[in-house]
Amino acid sequence: MPLNEILELTQSLISAGLILVGLFFLLVGAVGVLRLPDVYTRSHAVSLTDSLGTFFLLGGLALYQGFSVNLAKILIVLVLLYLLNPVIAHATVRAAHRSGLKPWSREDR
Amino acid sequence: MKEYSAEVFFLFVLIAITLLIGVYLYRVLRGPTVYDRVLGLNGISIKAIILLVVIGTIYERVEMFVDIATGYALVNLVGSLAIAKYLEERGKSADASE
Repeated sequence: MPLNEILELTQSLISAGLILVGLFFLLVGAVGVLRLPDVYTRSHAVSLTDSLGTFFLLGGLALYQGFSVNLAKILIVLVLLYLLNPVIAHATVRAAHRSGLKPWSREDR
Repeated sequence: MKEYSAEVFFLFVLIAITLLIGVYLYRVLRGPTVYDRVLGLNGISIKAIILLVVIGTIYERVEMFVDIATGYALVNLVGSLAIAKYLEERGKSADASE
């Protein structure tokens, strides 16, 4: 019985750690979207950190569920977001580039 | 005791992600170009998906909320790609008319 409780506590602690790491990455992305000067640099900040933060956060939530069908469902959402997020960021930046938006440079500060 | 602390932790995660949505909302309202607004909306919808899964974990009904989150992710993909395609074509035609 004590071994069972120890395993459960370890699982909860690891999932809490993963969720906190994911929150940190999402926070970095929010700082980037607030502070950076241009749509290209903002997209650079947002797409990378959102992908990694979502990976850690949903991974932590899936680990909290234990071995069940809920874990598989959360992993499906994780894989879906991990595939779709770069696609959307690429489409947005491609639209900005093809319609002639100039990248930010040091001169026009 | 354990259930109580887990609920407090998930409520903390919920509030933190909601505050991050506020930051993205500032970029959507303020953004100089329309591409900034599209980028901010995409970020908001990703955080809404995470919020749905966290709410499902709090209510212990993850199997239902995760299905809603999957559907929302697919709808977000289609909508964002349609908006990006439209903006791309509009930008190209604006360049050609000049």
